[in-house]
Parts: sequence; structure tokens; C-alpha cells
Amino acid sequence: MVALHTAVLTKGVPDFREGQVSFDEEGHLERGKTPTVMNPNDRFALEAALQTRVRHGGTVSVMSMGPPGYKDVLREAMETVYADDLYLASDREMAAADTWATAITLSTALEKLGGLDLVIAGFKTADGETGHTGPQACWALDLPIVTHVVALDVDPEAERIRAKRLVEGDIEEIETVEAPLPAFVVTDPEFDPSYRTAGDRLELKDLREETQKRAENFEDHLTTWDHEALNLDPDYIGLDGSPTIVSSVDPIPKAPAEREATMVDPDDEEGMQEILETVQPFAGGD
Amino acid sequence: MSDEHEHYEAVVVGAGPGGAAAAAALANYGVETLVLERGVDAGSKNVSGGLIYAEESAPYTIDDLFPDFREEASERPVTEYYLHNVAGDKVKTVDITDLHEHDTEWSDSVLRRRMDSWLAERVHEMTRETGGGLLTDVRVNGLLREGGEIVGVTCDEVDPIRADLVVAADGVNSELARDAGLMDWEDPEEWFQGVKAVVDMPPEVVADRFDVGEDEGVAHLFSGDLFEDVRGGGFLYTNEDSVSIGTVFHLNSLVAERAEPHELLDALLTHPLLAQWLGDDYEEREYSAKLVPDSKKVALKEPHEGRLVVVGDAAGQMQAQGPIIKGMNHAVSAGALAAEAFAEAKSRDDPSSAGRRYAKKLRSEGVMKKLRPPQYRAVSALGERDAVTNVVDGVLTSGVGRTAIKALSGQLDRLFGSPFLTSMVPDTRTSYVTLPTIIAEELGTPVREESTVEPPTLADRIGDLTYDTDIGNPHIRLVDNSVDASGAAVSACPVSAQDFGGGCYREETVTSNGDEERVVSLDTQPCVECGTCAVVADTEWEHPRGGKGVEFREG
Ligand SMILES: Cc1cc2nc3c(=O)[nH]c(=O)nc-3n(C[C@H](O)[C@H](O)[C@H](O)COP(=O)(O)OP(=O)(O)OC[C@H]3O[C@@H](n4cnc5c(N)ncnc54)[C@H](O)[C@@H]3O)c2cc1C
Ligand code: SF4
Repeated sequence: MVALHTAVLTKGVPDFREGQVSFDEEGHLERGKTPTVMNPNDRFALEAALQTRVRHGGTVSVMSMGPPGYKDVLREAMETVYADDLYLASDREMAAADTWATAITLSTALEKLGGLDLVIAGFKTADGETGHTGPQACWALDLPIVTHVVALDVDPEAERIRAKRLVEGDIEEIETVEAPLPAFVVTDPEFDPSYRTAGDRLELKDLREETQKRAENFEDHLTTWDHEALNLDPDYIGLDGSPTIVSSVDPIPKAPAEREATMVDPDDEEGMQEILETVQPFAGGD
Repeated sequence: MSDEHEHYEAVVVGAGPGGAAAAAALANYGVETLVLERGVDAGSKNVSGGLIYAEESAPYTIDDLFPDFREEASERPVTEYYLHNVAGDKVKTVDITDLHEHDTEWSDSVLRRRMDSWLAERVHEMTRETGGGLLTDVRVNGLLREGGEIVGVTCDEVDPIRADLVVAADGVNSELARDAGLMDWEDPEEWFQGVKAVVDMPPEVVADRFDVGEDEGVAHLFSGDLFEDVRGGGFLYTNEDSVSIGTVFHLNSLVAERAEPHELLDALLTHPLLAQWLGDDYEEREYSAKLVPDSKKVALKEPHEGRLVVVGDAAGQMQAQGPIIKGMNHAVSAGALAAEAFAEAKSRDDPSSAGRRYAKKLRSEGVMKKLRPPQYRAVSALGERDAVTNVVDGVLTSGVGRTAIKALSGQLDRLFGSPFLTSMVPDTRTSYVTLPTIIAEELGTPVREESTVEPPTLADRIGDLTYDTDIGNPHIRLVDNSVDASGAAVSACPVSAQDFGGGCYREETVTSNGDEERVVSLDTQPCVECGTCAVVADTEWEHPRGGKGVEFREG
């Protein structure tokens, strides 16, 4: 069996649950006082990765970029769904990065991880950020992208994925698309893992038990990379490396698949914006 | 196609005591065993009184298979046992500890969520070693057949599974026993209905009110006129930090009297006799109900068919030994004997003989004799005829009968304590109502306490239960909605009542073409899956899909 290596991108968001969130007198969110939790939609990305892990074995690495406190976000991912290992790109130099710098950092980290077959991210963050990080990271990695995924099948032998996705994010319209591996997948909150054999369900139960045990000592499975580890010039990341003059956006590379994921003309501003908003925000950068 | 199906040596359906015992024993024999349980957790669907017995004469007891059982999964050992004969506020109490201790190595009170969930963890560990394991949230919906032969099971949540042995340990209302043509759900005479409340009580209060130490517990039984003419009785068992109080009635009697099960439970809860134990801080944790088979009538003599063996309640192996209820222990024996039979059959290279060997073991190990006692057969032929009942009742209630009872007073403990006598007690009004009532009237003393217990309403009881409703996919379908065919369910359903709109069954008037007609309607949302309406109404009855429906926290 071909062992698949999947990376899941996750980010922290303020815990918006009743009793957790604090606002200042002017009604602005007090980030310092509000606990950070995993972006709730990242759960579906993790579920998709776990389903692949159950069916085909391999490794699931969960990655985030953000302040050291994001360690807990990674722990949460490991404990509540699944992770074999955790990666945090974190450095003072990376702070206040704009989307470009974040994308560069994340894609560099993903490249350093190496040998990836699948990169999976969840849909939109709960804190409503928008930006360009996702497609930029995706572009930097040169991967085909499939968004709004509600069901995922991987064929490791043929090195292809087949996904069911919501057309234009509409629950009424579902299409099936194929793409070659490696690929970038964005799960929809409607993503529904499916385990139709007892064998898969037993494996799932084992893996859940393992990941929960692992999460108790999650730091043993956590690798933190700063800019030096990633061989990034501080001038090009973080605040210093954030030009944020978006004069043009490169098109997402077309995958050599018969039925392509989301194809958007780079001149189609509306379509481009939708994609950007969809895939960007899971990356950290705050 | 069939080669594509997954295969396990043995598939066990249901993770109650019967399934847990079968799976543990199979794993001990090294058989690759998969256990499928429909609840979100083992025990989340299950209800018992419950006292689990380890009988001296049993081929297997639960702690044979699960050595830490008593420390980890049970509540309290039962060290005292009383039967209360009630007539109005007069009560005659008989100590039946002797009957309880007869053939008993030990007996503990249990709560099923805790017990079954613990068992399931052990079973998963044991069966995982064999290449199988235990899965929750999976409902088996039928037998997989090939050329008419049973070759496995089909499920709602996973693809069909083949197996050399299928153990139906799916409890009362076994869909597998029905599918195999071994059981029908037609005759209310063959079933009891049990209803129970678990009442919160801190350990120090239990110790104080029942005068027991940390590792001691009490069982109380109640019979007489507190349930009017409905045949059955009540029980109260102490747990670690709660008490279980419930009733068990003959289903046909409930139907005949149009009795409301929750009201009968309330009659017990609010009886002045219970005031000393319930105090004025009654706090109900959970209301639950379940059918109970009467082994005397339905225990399958040949509980097998091809590769299928049926154990526990699914096979009707639930013994009402007079007032003492023994189902869990027999389910354990049967499960382990089925495993033994399969291991033997396999070693003889004759796996198809497992069923036959299992039935033979049930007989040779004495289990069958307890389930269908020969002395009951002799007496019941006479005793259950109405004419006889009426004559005997007449004699008992006359002066002659009453004098005789008085004369017997010194020997009551001995009489009630006789396991031989209790196993032949016929299921008539005499044994459940008339006799205890007269005993209480003639020999009893009035209870002085007053009850302040206010049991929750049915609506509150339903409101306190946890459900994961399978919206748009009801598991019970009313086939005939006429009052004649299905009206009995309106009162017999433990979460329905006449003139109560929030339950499962309701009677309503519909007008069509100017004609008014009374019909029965069904809403399965509040259903506690007790099985009653499968027998007393004209329904297509199934269990909900895996993980759906009611979830008991106590059981
Ligand atoms: C009120 C009351 C009081 C009782 N008191 C006592 C007592 O004091 N002592 C005593 O020994 N017995 C008592 N009993 C009886 C006892 O509870 C049963 O005899 C015993 O639980 C039977 O065990 P079992 O393993 O056969 O079935 P169960 O314990 O009913 O287990 C069956 C299991 O199968 C699962 N299942 C069912 N259908 C499917 C399906 N299609 N697919 C997958 N899983 C399925 C169920 O969820 C359940 O977990 C009492 C019963 C009641 C209702
Ligand atoms: S609807 Fe039927 S199975 Fe459900 S609680 Fe009522 S009688 Fe029991």
C-alpha cells in the first residue's frame, strides 16, 4: 500500500462561545483576554485527513502559523480529531505578517515537511478574516485545488482524488470532480466522513484512542520552526516582508485533470475573490 | 459479489450481558470476533431492575469471564431481602433473604449504563486481540442469506458482513430472532413490562435510611393491592448513590386493565411504606422501561438456526422465579455456552453443529430446567384457568381461608423462601394480588408515615430523557390505526397515556365525509424503545438506526 502523507492547515480563532469572549468598552474584541481555540471549520479538514488515514494508512501532519500560544490549537486538533505530528511556524519575525508573507512562510514550511500528497484546509475562519494566503501558498506549492468538498475518495495507486463538492457552495448542487495527487483540498462544513466497513470503523476507533493518548504529551510530537529553521530572510517575512501591494494575482495552476476543480479566470474579479476568501483564512498570520 | 463482503469468524449482535459474555468467551477461545451494538455506548439502550446473580449451579457467572466485575461495574451486594405484602396502608413484611441466597454465590445491584459500558471496554480489548473488536452506533437490521442459508448480517451503517457464527444477543424484541422465524411478537401473555425510576440518594443517606454499611445493600419487593388488579409487583434496590424503584407487570394484565404503567409506578413511589426510604427530597434521575420475556412461556427450546445462535432475552431466557427476576445471569451463561459450543464445533471441523451443541449444553448444564421448570408446567395447566383462580380466590377470601393464613403466619418466611414453591407459582391474580392482600389484611400492621413524594409528570419524565431523534425516519410504523387493533398502546406504552398529548400514542377523533371516527396516532419521538407496542398494537416495529433514539444514562 502506498502510504499517504497529508498535511492539514489550521489556525486559531478567538473562542466566540458565550462566557469565553471578552470585548472592551468600545465593543472591540480583546484578543489577549479571549482564549484561542481551533477554527471550528478546521474540524472538517481534520476529519477528511483522518478518513484518508483510516482507509490508506500514512501520516497526518497538522500545521499552523502563529504565536507560541497556537500550540494549544494544535493540541486541540490532535485530541479532538487526529494528528500524527504537529508543526508550528512561529517566530517574532513572522508576527504581523500580511497574507503574502504568511503564504510564503506556510508554503516554505509545507515544502520543508516534504513528500506531501494532500494538503487539506477548512472553510473560512470564524473570525471573519479575508485575504490571499491560501491561494498564494497553493500557488507557491503549485498544486491543483478543489474547494467546498463534502466527500473525499483517494486512490493512492492511481495517485488521484475524486471529490464531491458543492457547486458555488450551494448545498442543492453537488458535482464530482477528480484531480491528480498531490492536491490541495478545502473541506466544506457539510463534509461527512464515511466508514462503510467494520474494519474501517475498528481502525478509526484505534486511531482515535491513539491520538487522544498522544495529545496528553503533544509537545513530544510538536516541531516548532522559526525563520532560521525555514531558511527565510527576516526581510521577506513578517511585517518587514509584507509589501501588500497586490497589483496582480497569479492564476491558480490548472491541474492536468479531465474534470477540473474550481477554474477561475484571474481577470474575473468576483470569482477570484470567492476563491480567495474560501481558502485563505485557515493560515495564521496574526 | 459476496467475496467482497467483509468476513469475521464470529459476529455478536448486542453488547448487553449476553453479548458481552459470548464475545469474551469467544475471544478466550481465540475466535476472531466482531461485536456490533446499536447504542452510542453499550448500556445506553438497556434497562434492568437490577440485581445480577452469580448462581452456584451456573455454568458461567459474570465474574468468571470478567474478574474485576464486582469492583468496577456493580453497585452494592444485596445482603438483605424483604417482601412486603400490602393491603391499603397495612403491610406484612416477610424476610426472603433465604430465598435470595438459595443457590447464590453473590448478587449485586447494577445500573446498566455503567455496567455494560465497562463490560464493552473489556470486550473490545479482548476481541481486538483476535482481529475483531466492538463497535457502537451500528444497528444490525437483518440476516444475510445466501441460497436460503444464514451466512452473516446486514446493517444500517456498514456493508453486509459474513460470519461462520452469528450470535443474536440483541435482547428482547430481537429483530434477528424474528427474522429467523424463531420468535413472534404476538401474544401479550408471554411478556412482562418493566418500568423503573432511578432516584438520587447520596451514599450517606442510603446508609442512614436503609441501615447498611458501605458494602451492603437491601432489596425490597412489593405485592398486594397497591396496583389494583394488575398482576405483578414492585421492587426497590439500593445502588451506590441512588436507588432503583420499579414495577414489573404481566403485559396481558396491563392491557386487560387498561392500566397506565407510569401511574402504577407512582402508586408505589407514593405509598406510605416508602416514605421512610424516600424522605422528602425525592429527586428522580431517570425514568425508563423495557419488555421482559417470560421464559416459562417463550424460552426457545432450540435457540438456533443454521449459523445463528440466540442468547439471553432474544431467546426468551428470562426467568421470573416467583418474585425474583433472573435474566442477566442466564444471558451470561447462555452467551458463554454458545461460545463453548462454537469452539467445540470448530475443533471437530464441524462448525455447522454449533447451534445443536449449544442447545444441548443449555439442557445438560441445567439452564433450560430453570427457564422452563417442569413443576410449573404441571401446576399451570390447572392454576391459570380462570375458574380455578376464582374458586381459590373465593376460598382464600372467605373466613376459612383467612383463618388458614393466620395459622400459617409463623411459617410465612419459610413458605416464601422455598425456591421449589416459588417456581411453581402460577401467574394468576391469586399469587400476585389476592394472597398478598389477605396476608397483609390479616397479619399486617398499618404504616404510620405519610408520603410527601411527588413524582414528576410524564411530560417532565420525557423532557428529562436524552434523545437523538432520527428525524423523518420513524422506527415504528402503525399498520392498523383502528382503536381495536392498536388502542391498547395508548395506555400500555410507558410514555403515553389517555388524555396526554405529549406521548407516542394518542387516540383522536377524525371526521371524514361527516363521519366521526376514533383512531390511534403515533409519534415516535418520545419512544423509549421498550417494545410494548410491537406486541400490543398492529405495527411494523424496528429499532432505530445506530446511535439514534433514546439514550439512557442510568439504565
Ligand atoms: C424493569 C426491569 C427489571 C429487571 N430486573 C432484573 C433483575 O433484577 N435481575 C436480572 O437478572 N434481570 C432483570 N431484568 C431482565 C434483564 O434486564 C434482561 O434479562 C437482560 O438485560 C438480558 O440481557 P441480554 O444481553 O440478553 O439483552 P440486553 O441486555 O437487552 O442487551 C441487548 C443489546 O443488544 C443491542 N441491540 C438490540 N438490537 C440490536 C441490533 N439490531 N443491532 C445492534 N445491537 C442491538 C441493545 O442495544 C442492547 O445493548 C429486568 C428487566 C427490566 C426491564
Ligand atoms: S412507542 Fe412502543 S416501543 Fe416506544 S415506548 Fe411506546 S410502547 Fe415502547
